[in-house]
Amino acid sequence: MRKLTLIAAAVGLVCALLWVLTIPATVPASALPPHTPDFDNGRTMFNIGGCASCHATPNKDAEKIDRTRLSGGLALQSPFGTFYVPNISPDPADGIGGWSEADFVTALWKGTSHHGRHLFPAFPYTSYQHMELADVRDLFAYLKTLPPVSGRARRHDLAFPFNVRRLVGLWKVLYLHGGPFRRDPSQSPQWNRGAYLVNGPGHCAECHSPRNFLGAIVASERFAGGPSPDGKGWVPNITPVGLQHWSKEDIAWSAKDIAGFLDDGMNPAGDFAGGAMVETIRNTSKLDAADRAAIAAYIVSLPPRQGPKPPPKK
Amino acid sequence: MIRTVFAVAAVALGVTAAIAQQDPIAARKALMKANGDQGKIGAAMTKGEAPFDLEKAHKVFATFEDAAAKAPALFPENSTDQPTADDPYSASPDIWQNLEDFKARFAKFGADAKAADASVKDLESFKAAFANIGKNNCGGCHEKYRLKKS
Repeated sequence: MRKLTLIAAAVGLVCALLWVLTIPATVPASALPPHTPDFDNGRTMFNIGGCASCHATPNKDAEKIDRTRLSGGLALQSPFGTFYVPNISPDPADGIGGWSEADFVTALWKGTSHHGRHLFPAFPYTSYQHMELADVRDLFAYLKTLPPVSGRARRHDLAFPFNVRRLVGLWKVLYLHGGPFRRDPSQSPQWNRGAYLVNGPGHCAECHSPRNFLGAIVASERFAGGPSPDGKGWVPNITPVGLQHWSKEDIAWSAKDIAGFLDDGMNPAGDFAGGAMVETIRNTSKLDAADRAAIAAYIVSLPPRQGPKPPPKK
Repeated sequence: MIRTVFAVAAVALGVTAAIAQQDPIAARKALMKANGDQGKIGAAMTKGEAPFDLEKAHKVFATFEDAAAKAPALFPENSTDQPTADDPYSASPDIWQNLEDFKARFAKFGADAKAADASVKDLESFKAAFANIGKNNCGGCHEKYRLKKS
């Protein structure tokens, strides 16, 4: 009898500890000093953040998508089930119209919804957590200028136990740490800007890295390419291992090639990007040339990393 | 001299037609490869790595026009292809689900290339026309209809 009590108490303790460990973190309004929004910067963050690529009303014909209508609804396939992207238009009932600034910062930095529940990391807050506070707030201000669109996306279709939001708290203990971007003082301002854009709002690693069985990026192979997170095709290695011996012509991409590619989709072979990268370039083509150059300068400086091998051609 | 040119052109035309009849997949890959080769030339001029040459600029756009005119006929039913060791690209099955849109894109590609051919006169006009075609014609179609196996 005693033994049973002890075991029950131990289990209870473990559960309580897990419960505490997985409490969704939030950012209180008191943590936000006074700030005047910079809408131009907000638009830049919107573009490099790629918000429209997931959150705009889907259309079979990508060229017909209205980037300002963020009703959500896109289905994102994953190994865990299908996620349905939510409405982030300023609609007060179905979107973020009723959110406070602190709610929005909480979502991007902590992956916690304004109801205080964990957001699934299909929303790449693992990257957005590195965004600077002013940039997040400017982005929020910009989003609020877009048209409100009504309609909620359907609920995610996930297999058990992946649909248990509380468990994402454990995932976060393992994989969400870092906080806002830290400058490297030994590098140039351009490099730092590129490092910030790539690792923060640009969230490039989220596609260009392999993931483990829990769906987290394999840190030692960051940027080394892998299967596309939505299961369609392969995303290339963009460390020097991939970019210095590229394609059967063994071409070496220069920073200028990368910056140009992010503008018009043209690769050094004179061909034009296809597949999912076209959507990314729709975003990066809207940045300043200086920001594209900064991204390129950072990418060419990445340490060479061998990633997983793509499946053999039939 | 001119008769030789005509003779060679006639033979080339005949050979291309013959290949097209027998092997639309090879023929369309050849057209796209020609586009790619011209794309490299255009890219070099755009990026300032090669001096601007008006004749070369015209040839880039003329090649695109040619491809746009010939390609739609080279995608008959049941002509799906698979990536090979030499060529990671293949035609997406979506082409045959959206044949109207697919062919319309070639029509637009041809029209845009023709307009570019008529209007190009210097590096600036070339850059603008080339980038526009690359992004909207090449990129747009490749996004939907070209698959790549890395």
